[in-house]
Amino acid sequence: MSLENFLIVGAIIFAIGLYGALSKRNAITVLMSLELMFNAVNITVVAMSRYVVPARLVSDDGVVPLLLTGQVFAVFIITVAAAEIALGVAIVIAIYRNRETVFVTDATQMRY
Amino acid sequence: MTLGGGVESHFATDVAFWVIAASTIIAAIAVVQLRDLFRAAMFLVVCFLGVAAMFVLRRAEFLAVVQILIYVGAISVLIQFAILMTKDVKRGNPYNRLRLPAGIVAVLFLLATSFVAVNTKWNLIDDAIGGSGAGELVRITGETLDAQEVAEVKAEVEETYANTISKVAELLLRDYFLAFEIASVLLLASVIGSLVLVRER
Repeated sequence: MSLENFLIVGAIIFAIGLYGALSKRNAITVLMSLELMFNAVNITVVAMSRYVVPARLVSDDGVVPLLLTGQVFAVFIITVAAAEIALGVAIVIAIYRNRETVFVTDATQMRY
Repeated sequence: MTLGGGVESHFATDVAFWVIAASTIIAAIAVVQLRDLFRAAMFLVVCFLGVAAMFVLRRAEFLAVVQILIYVGAISVLIQFAILMTKDVKRGNPYNRLRLPAGIVAVLFLLATSFVAVNTKWNLIDDAIGGSGAGELVRITGETLDAQEVAEVKAEVEETYANTISKVAELLLRDYFLAFEIASVLLLASVIGSLVLVRER
């Protein structure tokens, strides 16, 4: 169990999410794949925050701000992901009400 | 060198990591591959729980709790509501025309990031304070630390990882306070926005 293990697990989950987001028609599956990608990034950020230090470790405030910045970033990533999923689900439901479909390939009014 | 007690290098922790990693990845594949959307959402919950367990393994206990509260508790319920309200059983969960290019892009991305992750020489914290690389510890001002200062930094690092929750709270409510408040405004804006979007006219 080392940094590389976590980075590769994060990369695998991100790749799965990328594949799902690009290749699926159902907008809800696309949203779920987006959440997978957010989680993969969070794994990477937290692992970095545990293992990697900047080259110059010690600042005037001590080492804490340099060590745990990754976890603080992950908190903000989770916040943004929650905001994004609320809006995404609202948009999917609005499209379903108007057009009776949740397939991204059917919502083509704004194409061209 | 282990931080915050010897738990991290224990054999059982390694086994736990591999079990958690394998089940998280399998659940992620199931999310993308399953035809039944509701089951896919259930596997998404399994995947979120696996990620929370990985946070615990990497000394991010606060994030693990937040992950379970927000992802497992809120986001997955929201997604299941969306699936129930837009149930489209007849057509299932098909692929679009981009399936092959998307697979190629995902595999290329995986190869590239794995290559970078394995081949980069990371500036590891365990090496930096473990003794061998003590000379790497440098102040922001540029001066190198002597042995006693290195020992102090080592104690501080161990204390940081022994109770990350209070340290993260300190950072969130002091150093990143403005960003923290702006995040709450962002959440309020997104809630109002989604209410406006789904309102009956």
